[in-house]
Amino acid sequence: MIPMEYYLVVSTVMMFIGIYGFLTRRNLLAMLISVELILNSVDINFAVFNRFLFPEQLEGFFFALFAIGISAAETAVAIAIIINIYRNMRNIQVKNLDKMKW
Amino acid sequence: MNITLDLIVFAILAIFIVASAVLAVTTKRILRAATYLLFVLIGTAGIYFQLNYSFLGAVQLLVYAGGITVLYVFSILLTSSEGDQAEKLKRGKFIAGLAATLAALGICLFVMLKHKFMNQIFEHGELPVKEIGFSLMSAGKYGYVLPFEVISVLLLACIIGGILIARKR
Repeated sequence: MIPMEYYLVVSTVMMFIGIYGFLTRRNLLAMLISVELILNSVDINFAVFNRFLFPEQLEGFFFALFAIGISAAETAVAIAIIINIYRNMRNIQVKNLDKMKW
Repeated sequence: MNITLDLIVFAILAIFIVASAVLAVTTKRILRAATYLLFVLIGTAGIYFQLNYSFLGAVQLLVYAGGITVLYVFSILLTSSEGDQAEKLKRGKFIAGLAATLAALGICLFVMLKHKFMNQIFEHGELPVKEIGFSLMSAGKYGYVLPFEVISVLLLACIIGGILIARKR
């Protein structure tokens, strides 16, 4: 049996790689890819806790399942917004998006 | 601790996932970042398979690796011109981001490894799909029919919202 902590280390490292990408990337789509990494690491945590700590219930399993569905919806809407921004400004670099800045 | 086949498979998956994730946030070309994201998602599906959650792994492969990645590649090809590279970040900002991330990672790993979890049990054996289906559709205790219905409304709202936002004016 593999200890649960091994899985948690992988998901923690993955989450902070996503946060690093979110902080340092300057392109809207690249930032969205980093957000996807963060969401994915949380899904791993749910599944692992369910499997190792409460194997007779299915709460973590369904949380991960619904989180996958919701993140798909979130990505679709975010990409629609990004394409709309590109249509209006011809650019998706963050530094150029200052039209609505006060 | 002796080395088992499980552990070897897990080690390969872990190295694959972490390396692909690092490459996904550091590579200069954004299309390559999307490809590395696909590798990370496939590795995560492998972890679900290893946990004996085949259904979750299949959903991950279908929805994430099959659907979302295609959406990403499509929108990248729509929005970025050829030879588009990530711009150089200022050195101070780069170092600040890296330091903040590493510090937070250190704190989180320390807390997580220090914490005593409840006793861990791992039963081999597949989770039957019949059980998943029944609890997804039951309205009693440990039944998930309400979130199931809510997520269907959410997906409908997303379809309408996506079309409304991205339509041609």
